[in-house]
Amino acid sequence: MSEGLSALVGPQSPVRIETAEAVMAQRRRSQARRDRVTACVYPIGSLLLLIVLWQAATNLLSIPDYLLPPPTAIVHSMIVNEAVLIKHSIVTIVEILLGFALSVVVGVPLALGIFLWKPFANTVYPLLIASQAVPKVAVAPLFLVWFGFSLLPKVLIAFLIAFFPVVINTAMGLGAIEREKIYLAQSMGLGRTATFFKIQLPNALPSVFAGFKIAITLAVVGAVVGEFVGGQSGLGYLLLIANGNMDTALLFAGIVALTFLGVVFFALIGVVERLVLPPHAVERVSFDRGSM
Amino acid sequence: MNSLAGDHETYLRVENLSKVYATRDGEVRALNDVSFTQRRGEFISHVGPSGCGKSTLLMIAAGLVPPSGGAIKVGDQKVFRPRTDIGIVFQSPVLLEWRTSLGNIMLQAEARHMDRSDARRRAYELLDSVGLGGFQDKYPHELSGGMRQRVSICRALIHNPDHLLMDEPFGALDALTRDQLVIDLQAITMQRRMTVLFITHSIPEAVFLSDRVIVMTPRPGCIDRVIDIKLPRPRTLAMRETPEFAEYSRQILDLFLARGVLREH
Repeated sequence: MSEGLSALVGPQSPVRIETAEAVMAQRRRSQARRDRVTACVYPIGSLLLLIVLWQAATNLLSIPDYLLPPPTAIVHSMIVNEAVLIKHSIVTIVEILLGFALSVVVGVPLALGIFLWKPFANTVYPLLIASQAVPKVAVAPLFLVWFGFSLLPKVLIAFLIAFFPVVINTAMGLGAIEREKIYLAQSMGLGRTATFFKIQLPNALPSVFAGFKIAITLAVVGAVVGEFVGGQSGLGYLLLIANGNMDTALLFAGIVALTFLGVVFFALIGVVERLVLPPHAVERVSFDRGSM
Repeated sequence: MNSLAGDHETYLRVENLSKVYATRDGEVRALNDVSFTQRRGEFISHVGPSGCGKSTLLMIAAGLVPPSGGAIKVGDQKVFRPRTDIGIVFQSPVLLEWRTSLGNIMLQAEARHMDRSDARRRAYELLDSVGLGGFQDKYPHELSGGMRQRVSICRALIHNPDHLLMDEPFGALDALTRDQLVIDLQAITMQRRMTVLFITHSIPEAVFLSDRVIVMTPRPGCIDRVIDIKLPRPRTLAMRETPEFAEYSRQILDLFLARGVLREH
């Protein structure tokens, strides 16, 4: 028995175990690749199916265009109004990006302050929570009074809606660290600043990026709300005009454009995340399925 | 790199150590009046049931947690801040997920401003010595639990620490991986004549690795008995089946039975 055991744990055997592990890892990777393909095929397929059903329903049930235009009418409207859509999209894009940038520029330092300085956290945190209870749409007319019909009120509303998840996710990401990682840094004699940049900040990045992704979609909402209230251009303004003219096809065209913007911005942040973070965080989700 | 001449000098003194935690249900005494000394080059294990404060003892010995009473002294110096002359291995590997195996080991070198190319060479040697040659560019999620723990052991060794502190490092691993790592650890610590403080709840692990085993009582943890293990080194897995080994295991087991740590119906 004892001899059998020691023979089993001879010097070569761990190598063999690790090769088997490498094969398993390879298998997991190709599984993850398949998962990514299905992750694309399924939503696109179901969307196409929905569009076909929509087209069929509007034709068969002869639903009037002002109620629900068929997809073909929407596409037609998009082609006819291409220049108008692009013009208004650019205005909205600028508002979204400025609103989002402001959320990051204000939100991240705020989160750092909350994380690093307890009195600051105790002061600011309740106010932050309270600020989220205020309906931002209700604040929009006030901004109109203060800042007029310029770009600024739209950017501010986008910021106001979008910055909260940036603050919360960054602060939570920084706070959610195993105590052992800090112990480890201390036993290495790593200083506070180095610990922050080498351990705490990278540890928080996946959570920070999750906050950014929520923020960018909320910035789209904020920009449109701003345009609804006091816009003279932008996709939100275009929606109101189309609504007033009972041009439902154009209304849908505007919605499609907004959705497209939201998805593209979301994906762009995903791209930046992949560039900034090493593979671990992005792939972690799919790898966690195989228990190691 | 400890000198042979200094092998019998007292390195670590633990004096009347106690630790009391404040919890919602009142105070919990984790350690009660623990005293022992460790010589340079000595391998000491603490065995005891869960919750007997042995992990706390290690954290206090590392200067990471302050004691409630008593003191830890290295040489004549009282420890009152995190010690940086140590290598530490936790129950979990505590690897940084965004760094490769090599990157994780090199964190230690970066923190200590060691010469980069020297440290790299040492890191490769260490990875080889624990059977991880060729795995330097793998991220933690690409490694198995045993491999991750081996990386964390390399990280604890790259700076040639005076003192290696290990808190149940093999607790989460399967029996075979455990056996292999125990043998690897013996080889490494013998070769470098390292001073090691090792926490475990495995009796055979403690007997196999140690010069002295300190058996702890259940909470509040105090020292039950100190057992010198006089088995020749290097010890082999087959040695675990010998009567001498069994006798040591038996002594510890009897203590656990006497204290009600283990019960036979």
